[in-house]
Amino acid sequence: MNKINYQEIEGSSSGFIALLGILGIFVLAGLGATYYMEHNGHYVTGMNNQIVWGLPHVFAVFLIVAASGALNVASIGTVFGKTLYKPLGRLSSLLAIALLAGGLAVLLLDLGRPDRLIVAMTYYNFKSIFAWNIILYSGFFGITIVYVWMMMEKRMNKYYRPAGMAAFIWRLILTTGTGSIFGFLVARSAYDAAIMAPMFIIMSFSFGLAIFLLVLMLGYNWTNRPLGDAIIYRLKNLLGVFVAAVMYFVLVFHLTNLYETEHHGVERFILAGNTIHTTLFWVVQIIIGSIVPLIILYSKLGRSRMWVGMASLFIIIGGIAQMYVIIIGGQAYPLNIFPGMEVLSSSFGDAAAYHAYSPSLAETVLGVSGIAIALLIVVLGVRVLKFMPDSLADKDVDPHQKA
Amino acid sequence: MSKPGSETSKISRRKFLGTGITVAGMSVAPGVSLINVAEARPLDQPVSSKQRWGILVDANKCSKGCTSCVDACFTENGLNRGDEQHSRPGQKAQWIRKIDLRDKATGHEVSLPLFCQHCEHPPCTDVCPTGASFKRKDGLVLVDKHICIGCRYCMMACPYKARSFIHEELTHQFEYAPRGKGTVEGCTLCVHRVDQGRNPACVDACNAAGHKAMYFGDLKDSNSEVSKQLKMHSSKAIRADLELNPGIRYRGI
Repeated sequence: MNKINYQEIEGSSSGFIALLGILGIFVLAGLGATYYMEHNGHYVTGMNNQIVWGLPHVFAVFLIVAASGALNVASIGTVFGKTLYKPLGRLSSLLAIALLAGGLAVLLLDLGRPDRLIVAMTYYNFKSIFAWNIILYSGFFGITIVYVWMMMEKRMNKYYRPAGMAAFIWRLILTTGTGSIFGFLVARSAYDAAIMAPMFIIMSFSFGLAIFLLVLMLGYNWTNRPLGDAIIYRLKNLLGVFVAAVMYFVLVFHLTNLYETEHHGVERFILAGNTIHTTLFWVVQIIIGSIVPLIILYSKLGRSRMWVGMASLFIIIGGIAQMYVIIIGGQAYPLNIFPGMEVLSSSFGDAAAYHAYSPSLAETVLGVSGIAIALLIVVLGVRVLKFMPDSLADKDVDPHQKA
Repeated sequence: MSKPGSETSKISRRKFLGTGITVAGMSVAPGVSLINVAEARPLDQPVSSKQRWGILVDANKCSKGCTSCVDACFTENGLNRGDEQHSRPGQKAQWIRKIDLRDKATGHEVSLPLFCQHCEHPPCTDVCPTGASFKRKDGLVLVDKHICIGCRYCMMACPYKARSFIHEELTHQFEYAPRGKGTVEGCTLCVHRVDQGRNPACVDACNAAGHKAMYFGDLKDSNSEVSKQLKMHSSKAIRADLELNPGIRYRGI
């Protein structure tokens, strides 16, 4: 095994400029959408007093969950001492920071009063999971930046293991916090479950690794740097385990609800309704986002990088669908304010079978721009700092390969 | 204790008559008051936990189709002053709404107003990241519009869906009922009136409409009309299973 040499990417090709340009356009469009939404107010969105969190939250929570998962690759190298993963630690950390920044930007820009960010930073209600998350997110940035610095700075190399350990523990707490945003909501039938926190952690493993694999393969392909099969095979097999684990948690979550009579209504709505949520759950989340990737990853197709990339993309799409079903679907099912009673009429939608939601272009653009913000940070990051090893060829990374 | 014949026991005829007329005027029949005196603290005194404001809604008296309480609330708090021109119906603020219900098992139908239940343990204040959602010592659950960042987490957490988000610029607010784009709001139990010793607008409107389905007062004062009514007949908290101990109780559901 050779010594790993990290190198900035060249970043002078027309392809690089074009990539920056495309991402930049998406980011600018997101800012434009924000201005439009904040200038007019949220009436220009599909959100209302029933669906209070819309598409921006779907993307934001997806990105935040994926962020902590993207750091896993670094953790496996540092915390669990797997040599093969060590060269990937820097890129994994950069991706984690970038995804979190993208997610938080969307979350912030969708606030009713984003201009009051300073209020959010200075007034804390310590019983609020949101307030914990503000601290957890800030801490994640801080710890991960220190961790990357210790990996990059030779003099600090000896400390990077404790930093990696801290980052690993912090990210577990962080995703617990994100899952608990929903898990602690007693009022709504679709939430109020302790399993939300561990389910979000395993979802983060899956989404984060899928994004990491795509970024890794595209990054090495576009920069013509060697990337061996050893890493791809190891990562894609791990990804399959994570996808299966997410399915297991989803299964347990729904089985528990199906057993309890009080949750039959919401389960019928999600699993067997005639709304977009049922389609998104079965077709996009389960079939496209879970079963198809599992077949690809563990069949002969999994030897093809193109198919591994497709599987990763399907997992990401399935993940966004899963977030949609959790966040929008959970609100679309009406609150059971009067158990045992049928609501005959109400001016506030209490009698509705479900609450409809049609996202506007502005909120869709804002949501998607979160992905662009994350990718832009990654692209600029690898351009200016030594995040990517110049070779990840098997002979350079695999301890079992002969040099 | 004063002895018969002492100075303090001598009540003048004029005073006796005055008191008698007042008492007669306040209660025409046992349990029904024409004038419900809410004992407000003096305005120079801080809010105290010695009081807890609450309302008993008697759904048996609440008339289906009547929206007097809703109309009064909207007028009192400026919700119908021509703002929210752009907002779709589902986006417009509603601090109080009428709901008609039917018991699935028995077919019994009731009509009732639903608004912020002013819980003792409000989930909205638990989840609010900045503390903008807060509970006053006298039990009123309010929103500090100056530090609300519009995250809508309280709306996700409220089991009664009692809060509304303001989806556009407002210009016709009342000084005593601040509201604004991008923040969340809900029933204040007419805190500005309560602090002056008056009933919330919905309660007065219900009385004026002749239904007298709402009793407002201090739940901690055993002599208040609302406490007496609650003690006399059974009542329910909505979603009592959540153990939030709301300040709003219902009879007849």
